[in-house]
Amino acid sequence: MKDTEIKRLLFAHYICVFSIILTTVIPPLFLENFSVLGTHLTWLCICSVCVTAVNTVLYIILKPNPSSKRISFTHKVTKFLKCCVFFFISCILFHGIIVLYGAPLIESVLETFLFAVLLSTFTTLHCLCILGPNIQAWIRVLSKNGALSIWDNSLQITTMCSIVGAWIGAFPIPLDWDRPWQIWPISCSLGATFGYVAGLIIAPLWIYWNRKQLTYKSR
Amino acid sequence: MQRWPVLLFLAWVCFLFFCGIGLFTSGFLLIRIELANRSSCSDPLAAPTRAGRGVVTGACWLPQRIPKAVLLIIDALTFEFARFDLAKERPRPYENKLGFLHHLSRSQPRHARLYRFRADPPTTTMQRIKGITTGSLPTFIDVGSNFATYAIEEDNLLSQLVQNGRRVVFMGDDTWDGLFPQTFFRSYFFPSFNVKDLHTVDDGILQHLYTTVDGGEWDLLIAHFLGVDHCGHKHGPDHPEMAKKLTQMNEMLRLLVAHLGNDTLLLVAGDHGMTETGDHGGDSEKEVDAALFVYSKQALFGAHPPTEPDTVPQVNLVPTLALLLGVPIPYSNIGEVMAELFSGDGNPASAALQQLSAYHVNARQVDRFLHSYSLAAQDLPAERLRQLQELFSAAEEEHDQLLARVREVELVAPELEARRGRAVARFQRYLREARAVCMESWARFHPLRMVAGCALIAATCLLCCVASGLAAALDFPYRSRLLYPLLWGLAGAALLGLGHLLAGARLDLLLALSSAAAASQLGFFWHFWSRQPLQAHLASAQPLAASAGSRPSCRAWQRLLLPMGILLLRCCAMFSDSFVVAEARVAPFLLASLALLLLGRLHWHGQLAAPDTPKQPPGSASCQESWRLLGLLGALLACLRLSSLFHQCREEIPHCQPSPLLGPLASLQSTQAKNLFYLLCVASLAGLVCAVRRWLRHYGNLNSPSPLVLFVRWAFPLLAVWVACYWAVASGAEDVLGKLQELVQVALVGFPRAVYGLAALGLLLALWNPVTVFVKDSRESGGPIVASYPGAPSSQAGLPPVIPQLYRRMQESLKRRLETGHRRATVMAYGLGSAYSAPLVIVLSLLGLLLLLLHSERLSLAFLLLFLEAFVLLRIHAHVVSLAGDAEPFAVPWYAVISWVFAATQFFYATGHQPTFPAIHWNAAFVGFQQGHSTHLLPALLVGANTFASHILFAGSRLPSAPALALCL
Repeated sequence: MKDTEIKRLLFAHYICVFSIILTTVIPPLFLENFSVLGTHLTWLCICSVCVTAVNTVLYIILKPNPSSKRISFTHKVTKFLKCCVFFFISCILFHGIIVLYGAPLIESVLETFLFAVLLSTFTTLHCLCILGPNIQAWIRVLSKNGALSIWDNSLQITTMCSIVGAWIGAFPIPLDWDRPWQIWPISCSLGATFGYVAGLIIAPLWIYWNRKQLTYKSR
Repeated sequence: MQRWPVLLFLAWVCFLFFCGIGLFTSGFLLIRIELANRSSCSDPLAAPTRAGRGVVTGACWLPQRIPKAVLLIIDALTFEFARFDLAKERPRPYENKLGFLHHLSRSQPRHARLYRFRADPPTTTMQRIKGITTGSLPTFIDVGSNFATYAIEEDNLLSQLVQNGRRVVFMGDDTWDGLFPQTFFRSYFFPSFNVKDLHTVDDGILQHLYTTVDGGEWDLLIAHFLGVDHCGHKHGPDHPEMAKKLTQMNEMLRLLVAHLGNDTLLLVAGDHGMTETGDHGGDSEKEVDAALFVYSKQALFGAHPPTEPDTVPQVNLVPTLALLLGVPIPYSNIGEVMAELFSGDGNPASAALQQLSAYHVNARQVDRFLHSYSLAAQDLPAERLRQLQELFSAAEEEHDQLLARVREVELVAPELEARRGRAVARFQRYLREARAVCMESWARFHPLRMVAGCALIAATCLLCCVASGLAAALDFPYRSRLLYPLLWGLAGAALLGLGHLLAGARLDLLLALSSAAAASQLGFFWHFWSRQPLQAHLASAQPLAASAGSRPSCRAWQRLLLPMGILLLRCCAMFSDSFVVAEARVAPFLLASLALLLLGRLHWHGQLAAPDTPKQPPGSASCQESWRLLGLLGALLACLRLSSLFHQCREEIPHCQPSPLLGPLASLQSTQAKNLFYLLCVASLAGLVCAVRRWLRHYGNLNSPSPLVLFVRWAFPLLAVWVACYWAVASGAEDVLGKLQELVQVALVGFPRAVYGLAALGLLLALWNPVTVFVKDSRESGGPIVASYPGAPSSQAGLPPVIPQLYRRMQESLKRRLETGHRRATVMAYGLGSAYSAPLVIVLSLLGLLLLLLHSERLSLAFLLLFLEAFVLLRIHAHVVSLAGDAEPFAVPWYAVISWVFAATQFFYATGHQPTFPAIHWNAAFVGFQQGHSTHLLPALLVGANTFASHILFAGSRLPSAPALALCL
């Protein structure tokens, strides 16, 4: 059972990676002058939307945390609305944290906000898909012994990798190399993306290697 | 813990650090003293040689030979760019591009010549400009009278020309504007900081160059082109852009020569070379190898050029140009005249005599300079100076004899020639030796010393790390940790001294001290590792960890990994120029990361709120605790962000605007804004004082009748009021208080001095009796219990911690009273819990008020932030310790130390400082001393306190963990 679960996870993650690669390859066919560095904001939007769509679809297909109860339609709607609110709040929070970390306050607000949206897509959206709008569950899962399934483990890994990637992405900013990717927020968003992709690739492998050690409490 | 060994140990560690830093700087930071003396026409240097001949108009030291000169400086014009080799089959982009120079020197060999122009390190443009104009060897730090500007205050070619009524016109690099303010007859400056901009400066010059040359209103025209250098930085020399740039220069030269008059000398010089990557600054062969090209429409040279171009040191340009233009050689010049240029007009005999007199004047000037310099500074070796003196007198004698012979009898040509040759050779030898001596002490790095210094510092860091592990155990084995290493050090120094004595060399104090430091360190480590095997040591340092086996010790290492990793990141950042420039942003970033990581890790280990455990309701203590922790984290991040409002700029960053909050209030134009800011500053001051008092009152430290407490109750508000009054007086407009002018002057001096005095009194009180604990019992006054303490501690007990001692005494008194039958006797102690921290808070806030006075008014907001952030950091630490449930309450974890260090660095920048000389707040020296100072000590102290305010406050508050405070407690 576990192996089939890991296979599903692997499949889902590779689709995500593939979709991110597509966001760099497909748009130039339709948009003129598109490049990841040159029209970075456009790419940020496309990438966020694409990852959101892929994650949602995957969630609907794979149902990582199937609940036993039948859920009424109104419940689903409220849940969806709640998710939207959560996502928005997380964008604002990320924006605030990024500014507190030293991003410009007034100049390039749009860039900072889109970067915050990207980070939310990589982290919060994943949480929303897998755990639903349930803060308590989030807090539980993002601690050492909190994972209840391999999906939770993969969530831990991808979230951390994205954040660490964004953090490392800030390091080249002060260098005087004068490269186009040093402009705010390109290095950070690229770092976050690479971190996310790395997390997506690492998570199934790590879970596979450690499958003997991983034992989950029943919920 | 004994007092003196510990203090001595700290002093020893300090000594180790100082030695390391001293050794490094002696190898890296070249220092030279600037002399303020100036040459003038009336100096008697050249008088005897001219006597007897008709005085030529415009003559000064030597007759003027050339009325006008054009000096074209092409930044980073290496010799490779200027040489032309037709044999090359496939020239690289930078080769064979200056064909016009080649054409001139081929077709008019007596008019034009190309030289190798040897630049002296450091090969940075500013230092080179200084070299080309003063004739000296500028170092990174030229100790002059004024640090605040980069203006050249030494005697230089331009000021000599201006002094003698010549017109100097400049166009190009605006570095010259800073170096020579108000010097030029006319000037066209163009911005130089944007290294990626290849054309602004060059096109600007080209726009004005030809019209200015044709206009003729100049005696010396200087044009400084930057395009080649910028092209090197941007693309490197081996790039088609460089070919374009050099071709443009070639065309410029061709046009310029067509515009030149017959009496004009043209000099084309590179100020330094460039490496293969287009950089410069060091002393590698490619960086120092620049080109010099000399041309005039009159014949300049007597002979045909040699096949391989001569090598000319860069400083030689100065005396040559000065004497050719007929002005005195700048006072500090150590260059040698280029003799060929003094032999223009046909007659070889008179040409030879003119060369000789040029050498003679030059040598006398250098001798005079060396004499003055050796009086002002001791860094030139005395032995070498004496040798130079001998050389000079011998040459002078030869020259005088020759002149006497010339005057008495007409010598036959061959003999004259031979004697003249000898004299010239002697002068040449003297000048070259003199330059070599100066080079050795001013322009040579000592890599060995730098490496040794770095190694010493690194070893000291390791020593500190090891010693901090030892200090956790209360019994400090000072004998093996301190005494033996010191003996080792003494032995090492003695050995080195003996070696030097035997070799007969002079003893270098710095070297001796460093060897002593290194030897004592070796001693420490030897004793440390030989006596105790590593395992045993670990067991003694971490008794808990060792008893549980090897896994916990492994975890202890893991715990170290994170903060040390971040510290390592910062250390690595020090090796990158860009990160050094951006340090003001790096320190807060790392501090925020550290704090967030800390919390994240707590959460990860489940030590933060655990809401899914059903036993705890959501409003439980733990949950509240974690919310409070989150709030503190938010406050910390906000402090970090707000502190960047007070940033100062480095000049390396082109579009940076310093924060408007840094200026004094007096500089504000609008009265309304001034009043508003004044109120804000006073509010922050009052907030600071009130917060401290409230804190003390909350913990019960304001009850005792001890002098320190009285001081806090009464003098703190008084201090704040005085500071506020001083601000009011200092920021008021000059003319408003017309009649009260004298009163204002008195107030300007009086208030700060009163603050200094009162603060000093407070510090003395705190040192004398720092205990603010108030013990009260129901029957008699609590005086004796506390008052008996601050005397000499009983010798056998050493210095036990204060709280247990107080507690024991209270217990005794209670017991005694119970025995005597007083049933309701109680003993109360106020402020026992904060017995350690209260004096510290008092001292720090006193220091804070003092340092605040030295800064401009609006930085009081930054100080408020500083205290707030320090408080928040300590609270976070306290929460984390209580949440993590660490067994050792007195052990200070590394993350706390490192975050403290980051905060110190951050507030160094947030109080408006930058580690550059122009950014130092010199005004601090005049707070309370409007009329200036008679000594150097006091202003140095004030400016130092201003500059290192943040480090003083943060390092001062580290003292409780350092045992130094044990001395006063």
